[in-house]
Amino acid sequence: MAWKSMEPILEMRGITKSFPGVKALDDVNLKVARGEIHALVGENGAGKSTLMKVLSGVYPHGSYEGEIFFEGRPVAFSGISNSEKIGIIIIHQELALVPLLSIAENIFLGNEIATAGVIDWPETNARTEALLRKVGLREKPSTRVDTLGVGKQQLVEIAKALSKEVKLLILDEPTAALQENDSEKLLDLLLEFKSHGISSILISHKLNEVKRVADTITVLRDGRTVSTLDCQAEQISEEHIIRDMVGRDMAHRYPERTPKIGETLLEVSGWNVWHPLQSERQMIRNVSLTVAAGEVVGIAGLMGSGRTEFAMSLFGRSYGRNISGTVKLRGSEIDVSTVNRAIANGLAYVTEDRKALGLILEENVLRNTTLASLMRVARNGVIDNAEERQVAERYRRALGVRTPSVFQKVMNLSGGNQQKVVLGKWLFTEPEVLILDEPTRGIDVGAKFEIYGIINELAGQGKGVLMISSEMPELLGMCDRIYVMNEGAIVGELAASEASQEKIMSMIVRSKSNV
Amino acid sequence: MSELSAHQRKTAEGLGEAKAEAAMSSIGSHLQTHVREYGMLIALVVIMGFFQVMTDGTLMRPVNLTNLVLQNSYIVIMALGMLLVIVAGHIDLSVGSVAGFVGAVAAVMLVQYDISPLGVIPACLLLGFVIGAAQGYWIAYWRIPSFIVTLAGMLVFRGLTLWVLAGQSVGPFPRSFQLLSTGFIPDLFGVGRPNVTAILLGAITAAALVFMAMRNRQRHTKYGMEDEPFAFFLAKNGLIAAAIVFLSYLLSTYRGFPNVLITMAVLTVIYTFLTNSTTVGRRIYALGGNEKAAKLSGIRTERLTFLTFANMGMLAALAGLIFAARLNTATPKAGVGFELDVIAAVFIGGASMSGGVGKITGAVVGAFIMGVMNNGMSILGIGIDYQQVIKGLVLLAAVIFDVYNKNKAA
Repeated sequence: MAWKSMEPILEMRGITKSFPGVKALDDVNLKVARGEIHALVGENGAGKSTLMKVLSGVYPHGSYEGEIFFEGRPVAFSGISNSEKIGIIIIHQELALVPLLSIAENIFLGNEIATAGVIDWPETNARTEALLRKVGLREKPSTRVDTLGVGKQQLVEIAKALSKEVKLLILDEPTAALQENDSEKLLDLLLEFKSHGISSILISHKLNEVKRVADTITVLRDGRTVSTLDCQAEQISEEHIIRDMVGRDMAHRYPERTPKIGETLLEVSGWNVWHPLQSERQMIRNVSLTVAAGEVVGIAGLMGSGRTEFAMSLFGRSYGRNISGTVKLRGSEIDVSTVNRAIANGLAYVTEDRKALGLILEENVLRNTTLASLMRVARNGVIDNAEERQVAERYRRALGVRTPSVFQKVMNLSGGNQQKVVLGKWLFTEPEVLILDEPTRGIDVGAKFEIYGIINELAGQGKGVLMISSEMPELLGMCDRIYVMNEGAIVGELAASEASQEKIMSMIVRSKSNV
Repeated sequence: MSELSAHQRKTAEGLGEAKAEAAMSSIGSHLQTHVREYGMLIALVVIMGFFQVMTDGTLMRPVNLTNLVLQNSYIVIMALGMLLVIVAGHIDLSVGSVAGFVGAVAAVMLVQYDISPLGVIPACLLLGFVIGAAQGYWIAYWRIPSFIVTLAGMLVFRGLTLWVLAGQSVGPFPRSFQLLSTGFIPDLFGVGRPNVTAILLGAITAAALVFMAMRNRQRHTKYGMEDEPFAFFLAKNGLIAAAIVFLSYLLSTYRGFPNVLITMAVLTVIYTFLTNSTTVGRRIYALGGNEKAAKLSGIRTERLTFLTFANMGMLAALAGLIFAARLNTATPKAGVGFELDVIAAVFIGGASMSGGVGKITGAVVGAFIMGVMNNGMSILGIGIDYQQVIKGLVLLAAVIFDVYNKNKAA
């Protein structure tokens, strides 16, 4: 524990930041030792991002109270370029790469190796190659960024940070969009940086990852520092962290449910879908599955395995071409050829990407709630404001959406509350089967628990739930039955009692070697 | 939903909070949160006051006021359609050319073929609808950017206008057609000046507006969704009612209400209702706010886009008819540059270039800001060169004001 005695690389003291009507940060303290990985955890809205914006200068000096010391000296940033200059680099959740430029161009964007404005390409490429080696990315510097997967793009971002002589690297949910193995690689990289003396702050919701790499964990709750946990000194359990995050004990991460499984509701058979642009590429191969009343059915698989494509093609042919196959509800075939017909026939689809596909961010909670079934609050095309309001209030209460009023724009809500609004919208269509695509992505532990509760209640009401998730523990914790999908085909089916992460992974791997 | 009641208990406090907040909010903070809504209205009043002083009272003279209405009616009418187009996330550059073309076709039908205005007007509105639909088809179903389709339309219909008119001006029109623009509501009481009907209509309109506002407020209060301080509500509605009665009185001392004022007012009411209270209106906002999400919510986004453009075409046609009727002749130059005034009016009125945001009342106020400036500067004898510069700067300032407010709120 030598670093304990060393001076901290960063110390933030008594940081208080207020927005009109809200105190986002209240006397927050954060101390990061040199060469450590410091995890920052907390529910959405706890103030993590605000704190990092204060640190990186997005909120300039003077707009907050408190002091920041970097390498022992007080600092006052007036913008993000100030903090970058002294070696604090932040990598945001939403990647800031230009998709149509090459890796090399992206890495040195705004920081070009040039004389009198003329770029020295040989030098740029050579330095890029060196940086890519450091982050373990085997790609040519001239490769266009949009041809890379999210995981590799993340590595490009990190290489970009390294190009700027980084001393403190801040990663905001770097693994949220990554596959298991890509996440592993990224975490290994952090550990390697640590051995080279680079400190990092890791913001993450994935506690297993935090536990794996973090030396110290700071927990924020409601804009305050709740605890600072030293992982070297003692064994910290995930339950301990969660307790600090949510301020209450969470005995079970997945609420209990006694399944009451009824008749078969949804039955898809022989579902085939081709790529919308490349007509010879088959995306979904002969998928057949069933969901019964009161049953929660999972679809496991790697990213790109075709789960979202399957769900979207099923929901009103919103994806793909040359779709074939039959869909039955309670034994009789239904028409799902347009979104309207799919809704009318009892399907609902909660999209994977709630901001891009699920919500009208500029509109308020009320308008988002009724959007998919406006006819039900209208007569002859005229909306009944009073009734609409009652509907919105009902779903707000039923789902526990935390918002000052239903007239709040959804862009001002936290991820978990946004997801509840999307759920409310689909519940108001009164579906029989809900397809939930990554229903808890990017939302905090407390809100996840609430979403699980809602899912269980829906199943309890006799609805069928088809749940797509990349988090295997979530599927194992929630589902009665799990289908495993790979390369557009169902490669296995497991009952909850016999399912495990190992079994799911081996099904995926074995199917790969067969193809 | 009864099974979900476990969650209900947890967050039942919401309504009470909202009420407490409403009670606390003062007039000042209310103005601050609605700065954009009232900002442009205040700007209009200030601009009118400015020109009233600068022109030694000419601006508000009944003759000029009547002129102001006649001059701006076609811009206002097109702004109604343009607001929907822009809210849906598109743009229509062809409206000026379409208005000119339809005016030309109407002129030829009236003058050269001697067809009755009763046949010409509906036929021309249908023509406008078809033109809008034709452009909307490519935009909605082929996903060709509206900027390009309507830029093409702008050129095509400008050319067709020249062709239909064979490069000549065509006119004059029968009196009955001219009434579309230059007619006035006759005084039913036979007094003449002041026109009692006009005063009465103004008073009735003002009373109806206040009555509707009160009813609305009552209903909002009942559901706890009212955030406007009562004193503010009184002052606002009192001022608006007084302004309407006052302007009606001014108009009544000249020739009363022009027919176009009624057309314009009725259309404004219809489109305000459409955008605020109907499913179609709501869906247009959703479409512009997030097309993909709207589509996945079962909204037929293509058809909606198509109809938005067809509607725009029809309003452009109406504007073209009114403009031709006012000049009593159709010229190859009719409608040149209208699209820019119309689009500027919508943006001054607070609509967002990226779609999903904007109000009918804003667009109408925006159109009148442009109109009053045109009129006032012309009276002052400011050259067309400076007029363009000033109008351009006002548009820029209005949008900067928007962006500034948005950033401040964030």
